[in-house]
Amino acid sequence: MRRVAVVAFAQTEHTGHDTGVGEVELILPVINEVKERTGLTRFGFTCSGSCDYLAGAPFSFVSALDALGAWPPISESHVEMDGAWALYEAWVRLQHGDVDTALVYGFGKSSLGDLAEIMTLQLDPYYLAPLGLDRLSFAALQASATGADRKELDEIVRRSRADGRRNPYALDLPEQIPDGFAVEPLKTSDVAPITDGAAAVVLAAGDLAERLCATPAYITGIAHRIEPHYLGMRDLSRSASAADAARAAGVGKAPVEVAELHAQFAHEEVILRQAMELPDDTVINPSGGPLAANPVMATGLIRIGEAARRIHDGTARRTVGHAAGGPCLQHNLVTVLEA
Amino acid sequence: MPSEGGLSAEHVLEFPGGYTRTTGPVIGRFLTELRGGRIVGVRTAGGKVLVPPLEYDPATGDAVTGEYVEVGPAGTVRAWAWVAEPRPAHPLDRPFAWALIELDGADTTLVHAVDAGNPKAIAAGTRVWPVWRGDRTGHITDISCFVAEVTTIVSPVRTVYRLQAGGALQVFLEGVRRGVFVGGRCGGCAKVYVPYRLSCPECGIPMAEQVELPDTGTITTFAINNLPDPRAPEVPFVSAYILLDGSDVPMISLVGGVPAHEVRQGMRVRAEWLPESERTLSMANIRWFAPTGEPDVEL
Repeated sequence: MRRVAVVAFAQTEHTGHDTGVGEVELILPVINEVKERTGLTRFGFTCSGSCDYLAGAPFSFVSALDALGAWPPISESHVEMDGAWALYEAWVRLQHGDVDTALVYGFGKSSLGDLAEIMTLQLDPYYLAPLGLDRLSFAALQASATGADRKELDEIVRRSRADGRRNPYALDLPEQIPDGFAVEPLKTSDVAPITDGAAAVVLAAGDLAERLCATPAYITGIAHRIEPHYLGMRDLSRSASAADAARAAGVGKAPVEVAELHAQFAHEEVILRQAMELPDDTVINPSGGPLAANPVMATGLIRIGEAARRIHDGTARRTVGHAAGGPCLQHNLVTVLEA
Repeated sequence: MPSEGGLSAEHVLEFPGGYTRTTGPVIGRFLTELRGGRIVGVRTAGGKVLVPPLEYDPATGDAVTGEYVEVGPAGTVRAWAWVAEPRPAHPLDRPFAWALIELDGADTTLVHAVDAGNPKAIAAGTRVWPVWRGDRTGHITDISCFVAEVTTIVSPVRTVYRLQAGGALQVFLEGVRRGVFVGGRCGGCAKVYVPYRLSCPECGIPMAEQVELPDTGTITTFAINNLPDPRAPEVPFVSAYILLDGSDVPMISLVGGVPAHEVRQGMRVRAEWLPESERTLSMANIRWFAPTGEPDVEL
């Protein structure tokens, strides 16, 4: 395997409402920030993650390329997934050995429509989508199957919001946790906030990583696994795919100081910690995590970026970034980063 | 801030008339059976029954066997979530539950709606049956929803009687119309009973004489009632045994004019009568007994 590192990470100051900026305008500042930080203006490969249904515009990711300066033509790809999977594709691309740098970005404005109903469109069109099963409803089914302790869930929300208030990029959500169900047993406070935002990461391979960054965050393990789509085919109280991905990425080979988990609902953190066998002394989501800012399609990439940032700033030596996709944690990607 | 005085417009993404999709043979079979009012699963090589059927076994990735098995129609709820405010696209327009339903004979669960009425009426383990749509087309919504198994029925009971107050009761009620409690003294044991009766239940002999009792007495025991009753003005109300002064057997009546939690044994009370012009041959002439304010009595 070629050694590949995260050498730069940038994210927007996420907002809980639509500020009116277009997607190109949203991405441009974070692309420029990672360019400035690395001194690079061209990359061997570029890959992005987004979802056209968020804006309701087919091929909206193509227009987003205007933020890159894609002329003369660049080598570029896109995944209709969270930017974390764009990072995975870029990591694979760097393994080929013919290019040494990759630009990865993810973006999303979930404020434009009704996210709960937009996410119905990701469901299979025969058995689930015709029921109008929305994002909050299937998350509530998983919360019900999990049966996590209410106090533990409230504590996750409280901790995430407190960390988020200290994170200049996350939302300022009140300390007071309101009562009331979104869909019982899912409380409205268990749900990640509607958020607009973007993030960018630069990957570099081999010796170049150390020339571009004083403390590169090396990807020493990265793997993703997926489960059946249909909810009734799975044990929703567990995440077999997160467990498999964590094992394949080697999470348990050494202590993990920080884990950034893509838990968009409080109970998902409980499931993921258990699946990834994270010990009690691992700090979970010190950024506040998705419960403090959830720019859909960038949230997973931000988890890897935040995990890398702890190594860049020297506060940790070994961290984990996790991303999830599909209904009820169907698809999980785990990245181990080391100094 | 969102479109405060700014430019904003509605944008709709839609495939007018809907998107036409082919089902393939496996999902097609399931939907065809649904149109016929049956639910089928497909058997995997390992012998498991997948409902709804998939083309492949999620555990192995192998193609399924092509053997279709009728399941249900009843099933057991394994997990559920309560939707208090249904969305327009939901199967029901009133509060309902989403549930993972393990149909009898299936090894997986089906996601569908349960019309349970309220969240207390559903739990893991609840047995449910499908409600079929009348005009079925071969669609997952050919099942409108599931409903709980029948475990109770409601049986209306109502018969009407005409009661005649004669004998001792008439004597007592005539007293009550005059604002007096009439009792009877037994010639054998000398006990005074109220309401008036013709014989002593202890001695089995006719009453020796009628006695008029005062409308004051002492509460010997009481109950705080939290269920509405047409004879009581409000909830909670207190019904009590009241030992009228000079009698040996307590009489049941409402207690009022005092908060329910302040009523106690030994409390002195007096009857509150309706105005004379409103009185009839009825116990309703006594609104209730209210505290006199005298010191409590040791019983």
